Formats: sequence, C-alpha cells, structure tokens
Amino acid sequence: MSGPSTYVPKSAIGRWFESRLPIFGLVHSSFIAYPVPRNLNYMWTFGAILSFMLGAQIVTGIVLAMHFIPSSTQAFSSVDNIMRNVNYGWLIRYLHTNGASLFFFAGYIHMFRGLYYGSFKPPRELLWIIGVIIYFLMMATAFMGYVLPWGSMSFAGATVITNLTSAIPIIGNTIAHWLWGGFAVGGPTLTRFFSLHYLLPFIIVGFVALHVWALHVAGQNNPDGIDVKDLQRDTVAFTPYATIKDVFGLMVFLILYAWLVFYIPNYLLDADNSNPANPLATPAHVVPEWYLLPFYAMLRAIPSKFWGVVILLSAIVVLAFIPWLDRSPVKSAKYRPTYRFFFWVFVAIGIGLGYLGSQEPTEGLALIARILTFGYFAFFLIIMPILSFTEKTKPIPTSIADAVLTRTKTAVAAAE
Amino acid sequence: MIRVRFSALAFAATTLVLASASAVLAQSDAEQPNPPRQSWSFSGMFGIYDKAQLQRGFQVYKEVCSTCHALSIPFRTLADPDGPGFSEDQIKTLAATYQITNAEPNEKGEIFKRPGTPADNIPRPEAYPNDQAAAATLGKAPPDMALLAKALKFERGFPWFVVDALPGFEYQEMGADYIHAILTGYTKPDDLQWNLYYPSHKIAMPQPITDGAVDYKDGTKPTLENYSKDVAAFLSWAAEPNLPERKRIGLRVMIFLIVFAVLLYFVKKRIWESAH
Repeated sequence: MSGPSTYVPKSAIGRWFESRLPIFGLVHSSFIAYPVPRNLNYMWTFGAILSFMLGAQIVTGIVLAMHFIPSSTQAFSSVDNIMRNVNYGWLIRYLHTNGASLFFFAGYIHMFRGLYYGSFKPPRELLWIIGVIIYFLMMATAFMGYVLPWGSMSFAGATVITNLTSAIPIIGNTIAHWLWGGFAVGGPTLTRFFSLHYLLPFIIVGFVALHVWALHVAGQNNPDGIDVKDLQRDTVAFTPYATIKDVFGLMVFLILYAWLVFYIPNYLLDADNSNPANPLATPAHVVPEWYLLPFYAMLRAIPSKFWGVVILLSAIVVLAFIPWLDRSPVKSAKYRPTYRFFFWVFVAIGIGLGYLGSQEPTEGLALIARILTFGYFAFFLIIMPILSFTEKTKPIPTSIADAVLTRTKTAVAAAE
Repeated sequence: MIRVRFSALAFAATTLVLASASAVLAQSDAEQPNPPRQSWSFSGMFGIYDKAQLQRGFQVYKEVCSTCHALSIPFRTLADPDGPGFSEDQIKTLAATYQITNAEPNEKGEIFKRPGTPADNIPRPEAYPNDQAAAATLGKAPPDMALLAKALKFERGFPWFVVDALPGFEYQEMGADYIHAILTGYTKPDDLQWNLYYPSHKIAMPQPITDGAVDYKDGTKPTLENYSKDVAAFLSWAAEPNLPERKRIGLRVMIFLIVFAVLLYFVKKRIWESAH
C-alpha cells in the first residue's frame, strides 16, 4: 500500500508544485487511490469520525481559550461569561464539553472494533500500540480539561487523581507537590493544567498522523479478517467508496452530537460542577466523567492506595500487550465463536464497571467491583492466551471477494 | 446461534441485576423522596420560557430572595426577548436604583459607588458582601442563584437515567423541580428548618415564602404553589438563558442533518452499485 505515488498532475502549475512538495501526490495515494477492502462495514467509519471530532475539539477549544481565564479566582466566572455574554459562547462551550464525550464514545467503538475483528494482530501491532498511546493522551487531556472550569467536581477530581502520584514510594509526596505547584490542588495547578490541556491535543494530532501512516503501510483489516490477496477483486479505491461511507457515517454521528448539544446539553455534565470550587466543601459523591468510570471503579475496588494505582495503570498498559496475548491465527471474531462469547462478556464487564464507578462503594458493590476487575484482567491475561491455542474456530473464507460473493449469493437465495 | 444466545443472556443478566440494584439503591441511599416532576413551559423539544411567568419569578426574587441570595447576572439580560422581556427603559430604571461599587477608583484614588447600568451584574445583597459575612450571620452562606437550577440534581436510577436522554422523554428540568419541591416542602410547621426534600431533612434556610407574600399584578393567584413555580422557572432561565435560541437552532440543525443523511445514504448506495 505504501510506496511512491503514481499521481501525475494534469496542469503545469500542478506539476511545478508537485516536483517541489509532493503533497498532492501524498493526498492522492493516501485518500483517493488508496485501496480499501471491499467488505468493510460501518464499524470502519469511526476512524474518520474520530479525526473529525479531534478537529472539532481543537477548533472549539481554541475559541474557548480566547475567553477563558486560567486563574483560580476567575476561571469559573470566565466560563459563566462565555455562556452568557460571548456571542454563541454557550454553543461553543456545549460543543466542546459534549464533543469530548462523543470523542470517547467513538473512541470506545473504534477500540472494541479492533478487539472484535483482531485489528491488533500482525502486522498491525504498532498501529494498535500507537492507538493505546492516543487513548492514554485522550484521558489525560480530558481529565485536565474537566478541571479547568474550576467547579466543585473539577476540584474534587483534580484532588483525587493528583493524589495518586503520592502513592509512589519514597518520592511520591515530592512529585505530588511538584505537580500541584503547592501543597494541595490550587491556582497554580489550574494554570499549568490549562497549558498542558492546550498542548496535549496537538501531541495527539502527531500520534494520529503516525497512526494513519502505520495503518496505510499494512492496509485496513476487514470484518472477515482475511488478508487482501488480489487488489482488483478484493479492494476498492478509497475515493469515492470509503469517502462516501465515512461522510454518511459521520452525518449520522453528527445527528447524535446535535441532539446532545441542542436538546440535552447538561445530561452528561455533573450538576455539582455548576457550583464554584470550594476546598472546604467536597461534593457528596465524587465521580469523574462517564468515560473514566470503569477505571475509577477499578481504583476504588482495591483497598490499598498503592495497589489501586498499580491496577489502574496496569488496566491501560495491558492493552498494549494484546497483540502478544492473543495469538489466534484467525483474526475476526466472526469465525471465533468462543472468543466472541467472551468478547461480549467483556463488554458487559466494561459497562458494569462503568456503572459501579458512578455509585457509592458499599460493601456489596465493592465485592462486585473486585470480581469485575478480575474479569477485566482475566479476559486479557487468561482468556486470550488460552483461546489462542485451544479454540476451535470456524473455517475462514479463501478471499475477501469470495466472502462478499457468498454473502450476496445467500442474500439473493434467501430473498427468492 | 446458541453462542449468540449465551452471550446475549450473559449481557441481559448483568443488565437486569444492575437495574434492580440501582433502582433500589437510588431511593434507599437517600431517605428523602425525589422531587415530584412538574410540567414546565420550557420542557421538551419545543418548550420555551413563558415571559409572564419569568417576570413574576423575577418579582419574587427581588422582593423575597434577594435579601439573602445573590443573582450574578447582568441587568441587561432581563430585557432579553427570549427571557423575562422587560423593556430597555424598565431595566435602565431598575439598574439605577442600585448603588454599584465602581471597578476603578476615581482621580483622587477613592473607591466610590455609582448608580447601576444595564451592563452591570445584579449586585450581591448589601448585608452580605461575601460568603463569609453571610455564613457568620446565617450559619451557612446562601448560594448565588445564577446557576442554582443547574447545580441541583437527584438520582433517578436505572433505567430512568437512560430514558431521560431519549427524544420525547428528555428530562432537563431537575433543577426547577428541586427548587419548587424545596419551597413547598416545609411540611412541619413546628420545625422551621425541616424540609421534606432536603438531604437529612435539615435545611439552613427557614421557610422563605408563604401565601400572599408577594403581590402579583397580572391577576395570578398569590399562592405558595404559584410563587414556587414562578421563581423556579425564573431561576431556570437565569441558569440557561440560551434555551429558546438553542432549541430554535437545534430544530434547524436536526432537520438539515437528517435530510442530508438520507440523501447521502442514497448517494452511497448509488456509488457502491458500481462496485458489485
């Protein structure tokens, strides 16, 4: 898939430009002529959706940054100013907060697609690892962004997460003070989080570029998990086939986005964050945003602070090892019935952990959280390796073209 | 197929357990009942504020609540046609009745007070220039009401928190219901600080309004129920003045996106025909 472009511009100006900076050739070979398996389903549109959302967050974020004041005394009222006085400030703010949630929603679907169809398997291991790095950077960005409005929950969340660094033995407290810029979360913390929150998305852009590059070297995986054998029979050109699917998928996603922003903009916002931060008044229930809830549940499930932090970080780090934990030669869960069963159990565990993260940890719920945390790690560290060698898989089609033709034949036969 | 059924079962089983657990937890966790749901003119996809109700609500705020509670919104927003819709002159006169501390000192270096203008925020109650002064006198600082309706919430449990997001069922008025409930929740006349809907039933604010406290000019009955609804609606507006415009733009955006998506779908089908 990668290699020098075959693009020859039609105009003289085009050829002049291309011989000096072959950017049009790059766009042509990456997004126009680039071959894409013809059996992709709509789960493959989320990459484009994520790219759009990243752009949307950056644009809305930059506009917000023109009015936001990153000082502990003025942050809350500057957000109020954006909501009441800045022209369409309310719209930009709601686009940004709900955009973050939808960014994660699309991200999770994108990641689960990878787990289901084996998109992390050779030769796409690095692609997957870059994705894990992007996920981690997204979580850091979102966490810092949530602190910025300096509401009650912003302050509480900042305190909880930054206190985790003090779990590091010996140097933990020093690191915590260095991070805070003081002896507790305060003004300096807010200001530096603003600086980093502005920086991290651009680092994400860099990793997304690497992500797309790594993808284009190997080419897309596909729902049948079979490699492309014949470019003519198995693939279609990116434009117009994948382009139109991506745009359509994006439009449907935007309908969800618009519903959130215009009709239920505060649905995902914790009401406590509409109270200004007060170090002396902690909210009754401290919870992060929904996309961090499963990890919050895991953190709280472990009674020891140090091991809680270890489990929390391991839960993300373990994702990077998946290409070596799941060695099944069959990529797609379509042909792996046992793996498919455990995949859906894992999804239920994820949702269960997320729900538990939003509730107060009573004795009974803490026990369930521990069981589910065990289940989370068991899926990666026990199920995946065992199934790699012992699973009885269904026979896979000989080629992508055959897979598509069999499906159309069965559909036509069923219709008759 | 059996495998699919198993995983579907596992999924459904987990969901059911969580649903029953959560519905029980949501109420047993808190011994106070959830505020009863009221009907508001601004609920639903097409709901907007009722100007007359907002004007009455502002009157209740000014005559009763402003003694202790700040409402840090600019005077000019009271003239918003999507909101209370007072006239420019009414707002100029209203603002001028307040003495505002000027941001900059005068040429002599003295901090001075001047009559308010529509650009100024409604000032804090004179008696309580800051939260500490208020807490010293009243026990607890009365919260600023500018965002109060957005800052109040209560658990509804599963599946309600899912239903509350769906078109046709959306529930964004929890703040208004809560305010209305608190004001009408002083059901023990012998205990001034007992409130049915407040956590642990002990609220620092004794009953602020009773029947007949405010003289309505438009003929609406001067009952506690009406005061509560009107001031709750007014405070909802204060917290979300963008609501009417947001829903107006939202309708156009949704229609555009749905039509465009349908068109794109047919274009996609047409393009992919040549791939087969």
